[in-house]
Amino acid sequence: MEDFYREIIIDRYKTPHFRGELEPNDITYEDDNPACGDHIRIDVRIDENQVVTEAAFSGEGCAISLASADLLLESIIGKSLEVVKELAKEDILDMLGIELGPVRLKCALLPLKVLKAGVYGIGGDDSKE
Amino acid sequence: MTAKTTTGFDVQQVRKDFPVLSREVRPGVPLIYLDSAATSQKPEVVLQAMSAYYRENNANIHRGIHQLAEEATHAYETAREKIVRFIHAPSTEQLIFTRNTTEAINLVAFSWGRNNLSAGDHILLTEMEHHSNLVPWQLLAAEMDLVLDFIPVTPEGVLDLDEYQKLLKNNPKLLALTHMSNVLGTINPLKEIIRDAKSIGAVTLVDGAQSVPHFPVNVVDLEADFYAFSAHKMCGPTGIGALYGQKDLLEKMPPFLGGGEMIKRVELRSFKANDLPHKFEAGTPAIAEAVGFGAAVDYLLELGMDKIEEHERLLTNYAMEKLAEIPDLTVLGPPAEKKGGVISFYLNDIHAHDVAQIMDGSGIAIRAGHHCAQPLHIKFNIPATGRASMYLYNTLDEVDRFVDGIQKVKDIFK
Repeated sequence: MEDFYREIIIDRYKTPHFRGELEPNDITYEDDNPACGDHIRIDVRIDENQVVTEAAFSGEGCAISLASADLLLESIIGKSLEVVKELAKEDILDMLGIELGPVRLKCALLPLKVLKAGVYGIGGDDSKE
Repeated sequence: MTAKTTTGFDVQQVRKDFPVLSREVRPGVPLIYLDSAATSQKPEVVLQAMSAYYRENNANIHRGIHQLAEEATHAYETAREKIVRFIHAPSTEQLIFTRNTTEAINLVAFSWGRNNLSAGDHILLTEMEHHSNLVPWQLLAAEMDLVLDFIPVTPEGVLDLDEYQKLLKNNPKLLALTHMSNVLGTINPLKEIIRDAKSIGAVTLVDGAQSVPHFPVNVVDLEADFYAFSAHKMCGPTGIGALYGQKDLLEKMPPFLGGGEMIKRVELRSFKANDLPHKFEAGTPAIAEAVGFGAAVDYLLELGMDKIEEHERLLTNYAMEKLAEIPDLTVLGPPAEKKGGVISFYLNDIHAHDVAQIMDGSGIAIRAGHHCAQPLHIKFNIPATGRASMYLYNTLDEVDRFVDGIQKVKDIFK
């Protein structure tokens, strides 16, 4: 079961590459996982072609949710919002490289849920420069 | 391990009574169950009592004339008598079966609260309440324009009794508080607290979900007006709990739910409520669960609540001592002598979910989160804690393995 905590998860949890906040941003959204008190905020900047140029996450959570956030943001840099909208549960599990039960799946998927809510909700209204 | 179990309580024998304790979580990984504050495991006698009821006596109660109906009614009412004796209540009229502690508290909020409170009245709660003894009062306060006051919890994790005295000056109509915190483990000095509340005429309600399973409780001695608890935390089944209440209060309260069983006579536009306790037991109740509840109480009494308390005290003292040796680990709540076998803790820089997950890898079942006491976690400024909670079937050896488990967590995250 220690396999569960693969090196990549511990590494990204301890030294995340995308931790922080972006002000100003084009997309920002935050949400909680009420079951465990995890809280994730994701900020995204996009260019005129709706392509992600920068992304950052902040908040609190377990190793699974924070590593998931870090890997997720890494994967969307340079991708268009249309591609981001297509991201699914399987993509996250592939990044983490583990199988998860229903409770921990919520931890792993919280960042994707936050990101998608931001992307669908805002869609870049103040992003037209 | 034998050297450490010195209370004369044969825990290895007790463990044999609980079928689930002999299972492996995964092949080669035995179960170490440290989540009894969430729900306890069930002994064979409880499982058998419920099974036997369904196999031999199953019928609906109170209305039938036939033999099975009589047997079922007898089984249900006998269970009530056992539970009445268990908490030393004066009569079976004062013991209402509910679904659980939560429903018992909601019953009081709905039925007593709506008929005895009015706009501007104060309700006194504490900062250590489980959501079940908080949200019902929030709902009622919003509906009736009531004021909620809270006895603060000190940094040590006990109630601030000086502040309590000041809050009594608001003349609360109700004091509702827990006997034992499900997060801090704190056992509140209920007798004095209730005495002071009653001296200003407040009605008192106690959430006994974490106390009744673990040490002897005498509701008459405590002088509580209402006392609520659940079967599933005390070796009984889920789906049944109980509300004890003062007779004069219960008699004046209107019914909670309407339906069959709670009535004496029904006409198209009116009904006459049944006598206590049936007035508050609308619809077909959880009969097999009541039988299981009764069997659980028999089981606990046979072992002796004093002995169970003593055994858990040994476990708690030992665990607190061991945990104190671990750097970067903080236990919430007061020192061992003021608490029961509930230990909530956190490790610096390691989320409680990760702790619980790695523990699970070693077969150790603990809880992670806010344990339905989010305001308390906000107060202590901790998003989540891990919680190990112990019961009569836990051993010192299991505490050792729990401590080893924490070391393993630290190794993975180092």
